[in-house]
Amino acid sequence: MEITDFFTDYTLRTITLGTAILGAICGMLGSFAVLRKQSLLGDAISHAALPGIALAFIITGIKDTNLLLIGALISGLVGTFWIKGIVKRTRLKNDTALGLILSLFFGFGMLLLTFIQKMPNANQAGLDKYLFGQAATLVESDVWVMAIVTGISLMVLLLFWKELKLLLFDADYTKTLGFNVRFLDILITSFIVLAIVLGLQTVGVVLMSAMLLAPAAAARQWTNNLGKMIILASLFGAFSGVFGTAISASQNNLSTGPVIVLVAAFLVVVSFIFSPGRGLLFREIRFRRNRRELHQKKTLSFMYHIVKEHKNISRPHAIRILNNFQGFTRKTLNQLEEEQLIAISGNQWSMTQKGYDQAESMYNQFGNEND
Amino acid sequence: MNTSTTLPAIQIDDLTVAYDYKPVLWDIDLVVPEGVLMAIVGPNGAGKSTLIKAILSIIKPIAGSVQVFGQPYKKQVDKVAYVPQKGSVDWDFPTVALDVVMMGTYGSLGWIKRPGQKEKKRALEALEKVGMLEFKNRQISQLSGGQQQRIFLARALVQNASIYLMDEPFQGVDATTEKAIINILKELRKQGKTLIVVHHDLQTVPEYFDWVTFLNVKGIASGPVKDIFNDDNLTKTYGINYKVAVNK
Repeated sequence: MEITDFFTDYTLRTITLGTAILGAICGMLGSFAVLRKQSLLGDAISHAALPGIALAFIITGIKDTNLLLIGALISGLVGTFWIKGIVKRTRLKNDTALGLILSLFFGFGMLLLTFIQKMPNANQAGLDKYLFGQAATLVESDVWVMAIVTGISLMVLLLFWKELKLLLFDADYTKTLGFNVRFLDILITSFIVLAIVLGLQTVGVVLMSAMLLAPAAAARQWTNNLGKMIILASLFGAFSGVFGTAISASQNNLSTGPVIVLVAAFLVVVSFIFSPGRGLLFREIRFRRNRRELHQKKTLSFMYHIVKEHKNISRPHAIRILNNFQGFTRKTLNQLEEEQLIAISGNQWSMTQKGYDQAESMYNQFGNEND
Repeated sequence: MNTSTTLPAIQIDDLTVAYDYKPVLWDIDLVVPEGVLMAIVGPNGAGKSTLIKAILSIIKPIAGSVQVFGQPYKKQVDKVAYVPQKGSVDWDFPTVALDVVMMGTYGSLGWIKRPGQKEKKRALEALEKVGMLEFKNRQISQLSGGQQQRIFLARALVQNASIYLMDEPFQGVDATTEKAIINILKELRKQGKTLIVVHHDLQTVPEYFDWVTFLNVKGIASGPVKDIFNDDNLTKTYGINYKVAVNK
């Protein structure tokens, strides 16, 4: 497999384009799911879609992708609004409702799949590919459907940008301003269901929620701007699609869906560690730097209290007196000396004018904050 | 102008709200005259927040009606501004202070239309009023609790409403912020606005407010602070023998 094959091989080009578009729409709409704290909704929706696929086949007897996906869309929507209904009408919490619908629909779907396997229909094989997806089955018309849905959802997003942002941040407030929150909720949820259903063929029921969440979770780490986050999530999703397809194409037997999900998950891990604002690495670095500075300040302020009692601020004192009263490290003293805040000679230290000024201003600063 | 002064800002009749079987508000009748600065006081679980949410149609009552200047809330959306509890939103949302304040202009813009320079100017003015102008580009999770409260207040100010409903605006803020907020509220009242504030600190009621409503699932009493803010009503509301030094 050569890199040029991506541009010459028709099938591969179709699959790559398809997974890229899928990744983009999932990243875009997944951002909404993540920010609304509905991360698990995607998982429930994708599992709830399975019986729809099976029923569509049982009723029509045809294994046409679009027909099966319409079945998936219907049962996905039914599952979603059952979840919302359960939360609204019973005392069950969101996570319980999600788990309930997920297992109920998925169990029913699996039951139907085994039923179909026993049916005397030569056409039956291959429905189980929707469990883990099979990108190789993507054809040009599938990609077109994905592209059109992505275009529509992008337009809706831009059109209702203001309202959707408001809904994400403060739903009650949105209501008080006179906006129809129910409409906005149904709108955004329907598009999330649509995106999930589009991905079932490629990534499958089981792993679909990762496609929705991973790019958004990764993107959140890099920016504090909603618009940028959504763009970044789309790019991460598209990258996962392209890169995942490339890996699976170059390693002949790897199935595409799981590889795409792993690439997306890898992006999440990288983002959680290396993002400058929120990443673990920089947080640890900041933490250590703060602790070091705090140590220095503590020692300096203690010295200041000693020095303050004497007329000559540069009068040497024994290092031992620090030791007796206050934990300090040789390292801290060296750092203070390096910054020319103190001078050390033998077993004695003395404060410089610079050190005295800094300690004094430190106290003034604290004093001001208390005012 | 004359017609509006005859109508109360808010009139509530027989309002009952229940979550499941438990009534949270029971048969509330309440009239809030225009131009008062009113505290709603009552113990935890008295239904104070629920009352505000019911006025705003966020919660659907099982019985009763709420009228805002003689009409249902839906028709008076532009006359009412809401300051929710600070803890009701996730402050880790990816946006900056100015953007949150701009949200106050969304209602007057209506569907689809985006805020422009005019709206931005209004938002900046509101930020200045609450003393938060220098934080306009600060990520909202980096703001202190008091600053977040001021941002919410600024968002409501931008709405330029006639009635302000506030759910515990003094919760978890320091003395400086509390002073700043109450000064803004008093200024709003001077402009003839009506303010309804869920309040917890009974000591400051006579100093801050001129009107008070005692609430404990049922409405206990409502009227001018100087007339009804007394040990009798406090005891009725809080159920224990309450003694508060009231300046009479």
